[in-house]
Amino acid sequence: MISERPDIARAAAEAAARQSYGKLVAFLAARTRDVAGAEDALADAFAAALERWPKAGVPRRPEAWLLAVARRRRVDAVRRRLTGEAARDDLRLIAEEMEARMTDEDLPDERLRLMFACAHPAIEAGVRAPLILQTILGFDAATIASAFLVSPATMGQRLVRAKNRIRETGIPFRVPERTELGERLDAVLEAIYTAFAEGWSDPAGTETRRRNLATEGIWLGRLVASLMPDEPEALGLLALMLFAEARRAARRNAAGDYVPLAEQELALWDHALIDEAETLLRRAATKGVVGRYQLEAAVQSAHTTRRLTGRTDWAAIKQLYDALSVIAGSPVVSINRAVAIAEADGAAAGLSALDELGDDKRLHDYQPYWAARAGLLARLGKTREATEAYDRAIGLERDPAVRRFLQERRAGLSRAEKD
Amino acid sequence: MRYMLLIYVNEAAMAAAPTDKTYEISAAYGAYTEALKKSGAWLAGDRLKPTQAATSVRMANGKTNVLDGPYADTKEQLAGFYMIEAEDADAAIAWAARCPGASTGTVEVRPIWEQTM
Repeated sequence: MISERPDIARAAAEAAARQSYGKLVAFLAARTRDVAGAEDALADAFAAALERWPKAGVPRRPEAWLLAVARRRRVDAVRRRLTGEAARDDLRLIAEEMEARMTDEDLPDERLRLMFACAHPAIEAGVRAPLILQTILGFDAATIASAFLVSPATMGQRLVRAKNRIRETGIPFRVPERTELGERLDAVLEAIYTAFAEGWSDPAGTETRRRNLATEGIWLGRLVASLMPDEPEALGLLALMLFAEARRAARRNAAGDYVPLAEQELALWDHALIDEAETLLRRAATKGVVGRYQLEAAVQSAHTTRRLTGRTDWAAIKQLYDALSVIAGSPVVSINRAVAIAEADGAAAGLSALDELGDDKRLHDYQPYWAARAGLLARLGKTREATEAYDRAIGLERDPAVRRFLQERRAGLSRAEKD
Repeated sequence: MRYMLLIYVNEAAMAAAPTDKTYEISAAYGAYTEALKKSGAWLAGDRLKPTQAATSVRMANGKTNVLDGPYADTKEQLAGFYMIEAEDADAAIAWAARCPGASTGTVEVRPIWEQTM
């Protein structure tokens, strides 16, 4: 027994939940592919831990304790639910697991396999990140729903459907072979980045649930990078997230107002995180395979050179976006590329790069397009068009602080007009 | 599909807000309405007068009751609405999140009960 104090026991249960949740789900579900069943059994086990540990003390090996209880619950559940042939099969599997060498050795880490199952091509792309957040980290459907802007009932249904699909279609819990690894790993990394980005887009960083999502994204990125240390894109993604995270505190001033990247106070950047990201990016570069995340991380790296040279290297950023639009073109990349062109070659050149995108219908509702457009039009003295574009950007913005920032820029236009 | 976005805000807090804040919010609503219209999502929408101007009518046991004030006397009151056209619930929620009312109060998203012939 480590301790008999209830608060310490509770903290131990929570730490075990955080560290072991995904490992336990992955291990319990790996053979039966019954993710929902594994989660239910585990929920019972955690409830039992919260009840029992404060009284009896924290067991020496919390993970093994939780696993033993979860397995017992699952045997009970299967016995209740099924009869006949199917039940015998399941029970045999469970019995095999019971006898596995588990009791003496550490729990094998099968989280990577679980992540590959969650990001399998047979699983709808939009639910992959939520599924990973739920199975690896234990987030509930309501929390995930808020982050992804859908109703909790809808998110719950999507998660249930995806888990059924894993079981019914026999999606394998395995790390793919070399030949297909690249594409499959992309899907896993994309799901992790989606989770991070949902947390990152909580602008004020005030909403703890969302901030946690960014932190959890980094945690997942660290996990994949440590389990696949020779995959340059896994390292690139982690570097990208760390660069972004390093600037979190600088995104708002003391009054809670939005501060654009170019005006951020360097002292507020987390230099240790930036150094770590640089090291990861260099290590990725030694593998000799360039990819989307390494390029995006390199853009972030170029932004941070301002802390050393006092100016941002826009020519380098432009080149990186050129490369990105070739290997991973998207409206977001095109807009960022246009902004880089404007900084390197002047606002007129940037605006014509934006004009080339004009027909893409997806941009009608896309705030960054209108904000970028408004900024460039303003610099070119096209006040009336700039005002319209600012209005559009303001109307599409979710975050009150950014909305305020855009409103001030717009007001600045009409003041300049009057002068 | 058509959806109603019902905007609930704290009336007292809104009435007490300083002028520049009020101006900022109404400018944000103006921009939001424009964005809805330019995206082809806008069907209708208006701001409502405060609940001091509300009258509630109910018929019970053959007798009509007319009362001053809103249906429910709560701190948060219906302050305005939009009716929008959206592909699905996700798209409607995305519009609700952009509504200035979402950062000052609550925006309820309700699908319209479409009549099928």
